[in-house]
Amino acid sequence: MLNLPIYLDNNATTPLDPRVLEAMMPYLTNNFGNAASRSHSFGWAAEEAVDYAREQIANLIGANPKEIIFTSGATESDNLALKGVFEMYAQKGKHIITLNTEHKAVLDACKHLEKLGAEVTYLSVGEDGLLNLADLEAAMRPDTILVSVMYGNNEIGVIQPIREISAIAHKYGALFMTDATQAVGKIPVDVNADGIDLMAFSAHKMYGPKGVGALYVRRKNPRVKVTAQMDGGGHERGMRSGTLNVPGIVGLGKACEICQQDMEADTKRIVAMRDRLETELLKIEEAYLNGSKEHRLPHVANISFKYVEGEGLMMGVKDLAVSSGSACTSASLEPSYVLKNLGLDDELAHSSLRFGLSRFTKDEEIDYAIEHVKEAVHKLREMSPLWEMFKEGIDLKTIEWSEH
Amino acid sequence: MAYSEKVIDHYSNPRNIGTLDKSSNAVGTGLVGAPECGDVMRLQIEVDDATGTIRDAKFKTFGCGSAIASSSLATEWLKGKTIDDAMNIDNMDIVEELALPPVKIHCSVLAEDAIKAAINDYRVKNGLPAIEKI
Repeated sequence: MLNLPIYLDNNATTPLDPRVLEAMMPYLTNNFGNAASRSHSFGWAAEEAVDYAREQIANLIGANPKEIIFTSGATESDNLALKGVFEMYAQKGKHIITLNTEHKAVLDACKHLEKLGAEVTYLSVGEDGLLNLADLEAAMRPDTILVSVMYGNNEIGVIQPIREISAIAHKYGALFMTDATQAVGKIPVDVNADGIDLMAFSAHKMYGPKGVGALYVRRKNPRVKVTAQMDGGGHERGMRSGTLNVPGIVGLGKACEICQQDMEADTKRIVAMRDRLETELLKIEEAYLNGSKEHRLPHVANISFKYVEGEGLMMGVKDLAVSSGSACTSASLEPSYVLKNLGLDDELAHSSLRFGLSRFTKDEEIDYAIEHVKEAVHKLREMSPLWEMFKEGIDLKTIEWSEH
Repeated sequence: MAYSEKVIDHYSNPRNIGTLDKSSNAVGTGLVGAPECGDVMRLQIEVDDATGTIRDAKFKTFGCGSAIASSSLATEWLKGKTIDDAMNIDNMDIVEELALPPVKIHCSVLAEDAIKAAINDYRVKNGLPAIEKI
């Protein structure tokens, strides 16, 4: 039995796993204590729950529980890491290196730091979305304090060579930070093996609740510190003040535990479905996969259907919740900067759909998606003047377009 | 953002999709927009030479649902109008009819531009001066 609409936008957010909700419920009801209340059992119960969650989270990423700083989500974690490192290590230097395909939380935090005197290098990636290590090495400077490269890209799912990147950062005495929001819980991430000094991630991308995330901050080899960006009661070893979101944290902990237990089985199923979806959709004429096929998160496929506009296409598959790099889906009227920075023609960027699968995605839903996307692409091409020109052998680049 | 019922109707059942013979002197073709902007409209009219009336109108559009609906509606409105009357179709009429939200107003502008470009193409082909946008 197929329930419509079908949710295939799991890079935006994932549904809450019922097991996570169950773990959270007591902390939304009877166990309402403040984890910082040391004088009574309400506080102790909350603190105990938070400590347990810290362990569950640390286990998933190979960290020490003391290295987990709770935040409101990955955006806050990114901001805390970048701004906190810049402030803490100001004596050492003011140069930061990142990619032009990073999430806005990183890019805009860097833009903010530039106003405060930081010098930021935004490295370009190859057309497969991967960073060229020689480019990174060439960009390193004696005053480089931080290299920030995302683990897996949110739009195209490309996984960067994190170990090689962190090794280069460390070779030049810089810290390595990664926004691992899309990767943690989906693929094995180990802060020690990967050489990660700071790592941002979020609960709601791995079947946990919204509004809670964490920043991993290394305590040994080297001991990393960030200047707090939120002042107050000195929670989280002074790095992030504010009463802890106990139910959210319990949810994040449980989500991590489940991801650790089920990762292998989940990945196997999800990859099989993703590959089937992708193989079938790429059979459509003039359909292209965006980003590296090989170095990719298991649950993402970003495909451009040339000569069809993304938002128009989404309207044609209205019972399929996906997202598009099309300009029309954003307020800016600019197509996805990530796709543009892969060197894609704007028209291909406008023509893209992103499919994000989850552990709850069913085979029948993939069947539905394949059938309906094919149908909609066909229908829209029949009404696309660009498709007609392509079929007549006209090179669209030779036409003088009236840009508006 | 939800689409209006009229946009959905035109998107699901577009009127007058197709291609007229652009080499014919009776046919005017307007091609506006650009692939990198995410919108391209091609609107064609076939004019009865004796009466100056638009006998047929066809479109093809690469764009979002609102762009498709705007051009589909434009072809409906064009049929049976004289080319002089058609010149008076205003983009705000399209906005009103389709209940387009502010972010989609450019789709209606594009449709108006396509109408005017098609009429001017016909005029120039038939030895008449092109009319500048008022």
